Amino acid sequence: MIELKYPFDEKTIRSLRAGDAVSITGRIYTGRDKFHKYFADGGELPVDFRDGALYHCGPVIVEDNGGYKVVAAGPTTSVRENPYEPDFIAKSGVRLVIGKGGMDEATLEAMRKYGCVYVQAVGGAAALSAAAVKNVAGVSMLSEFGAAEAVWHFDVSGFCGVVAMDSHGGSLFSDVAKLSEKRFSEIVA
Amino acid sequence: MDVVARIASLIRETSSSLPDDVERSIKAAVRREDAVSSAAVVLKTILENVKLARKSGTPLCQDTGTLTFFVGDALRRKVTPQKIKKAVALATEKGWLRKNTIDSVSGASYDDNCADGAPVVHYVEHGGRTVTLLMKGGGSENMSRQYSLPDSGLDAGRDLAGVRKCILDAVVKAQGYGCAPGVLGVCIGGDRATGYETAKGQLLRSLGDGSPDPKLRALEKKALEEANSLGIGPMGLGGRTTLLGLKIAARPRVPASFFVTVAYMCWALRRRTIEIPA
Repeated sequence: MIELKYPFDEKTIRSLRAGDAVSITGRIYTGRDKFHKYFADGGELPVDFRDGALYHCGPVIVEDNGGYKVVAAGPTTSVRENPYEPDFIAKSGVRLVIGKGGMDEATLEAMRKYGCVYVQAVGGAAALSAAAVKNVAGVSMLSEFGAAEAVWHFDVSGFCGVVAMDSHGGSLFSDVAKLSEKRFSEIVA
Repeated sequence: MDVVARIASLIRETSSSLPDDVERSIKAAVRREDAVSSAAVVLKTILENVKLARKSGTPLCQDTGTLTFFVGDALRRKVTPQKIKKAVALATEKGWLRKNTIDSVSGASYDDNCADGAPVVHYVEHGGRTVTLLMKGGGSENMSRQYSLPDSGLDAGRDLAGVRKCILDAVVKAQGYGCAPGVLGVCIGGDRATGYETAKGQLLRSLGDGSPDPKLRALEKKALEEANSLGIGPMGLGGRTTLLGLKIAARPRVPASFFVTVAYMCWALRRRTIEIPA
């Protein structure tokens, strides 16, 4: 297990390879469908993503003594953000994109160019992910995007995942997809 | 306990506690995978999460999904849509459900998860005094699909061999996106609307059962094995466990149509039935 601590420097990120198990500690920000569309439409980034992490996640959050408490916070499907992610990576300086299901070739290329990796969290494992969020430091765009789509500022400790796309063009997903398509053709032949 | 409280507690239980048959099936899957594989790691993480969610009574997945209630006809006057909505609002306030209901035109959130058409409530014949809740997340719903046979791209004709191709194609297209290992509910025939309704209804069947129709039962078994030989694996990271179950039903069709509808459900197959006494 490789420990990653915020801020995530380019050298460390470039040393990661698809298949590496990682444990993330420090600040991460959530952002999903509405966030990406807002950014693509020219919206200003509400937080600084440089050397940071973007988590594709729409959590269950309850208000707790004037603050917020995370109840469930697993990843959402990343593929919907494919049209927006290369540009986001280029402009934001983000180093980690966390989600599930993986992303497309254009995103993989942006990761290669700018030094970023994709970390697969276990989809649906929301109680476990929530337990890794030690503190909700704040929230942006809550009134604009709603609670499930807002940009939440999480301080996490030991948030686990697998590097599924690296900054050298390696992707576990494309290997599996190619293999399964080949196998499918054999079965139905 | 009054009806509203009972339904609210059904929501919490459904959201936080994976059914026994599904959990057993995931445990069996761990034994099939190589001990050091990412497939085994993912499945063990899932099981750990299942345990934690049950213990804390919190959602096992943050996408608490579309809530579909199947209410026995005998309860039509007792378990009304108004009471179900009250229970949903209460469960949302308690953090057992995410604020998960969006107006499709304005984009605004219905913060209590109640709107015209949400939650979904079906009154079913022969349902007795039971209330069944199915919670299905959007990631898996996005992977559901409907085929119209013949399909020249798949070389699939209007027979069970064609149906099998549709099923396997749906699994390949879903990869890990719908949170594999998944469960498929399939409907052969019907119109487009009943196709999806029936396919989704198949997800309520126990993972261990087989279709009463011998031909469909054989297809369930065969296509399940074939799907698991595709190598997609848990979360699409490779492995021997791509599906936990495959359930097929058939509905009559008109001569012009032959639909095959595949409802993809993630491993977090949240379904639960309670009985409400007279």
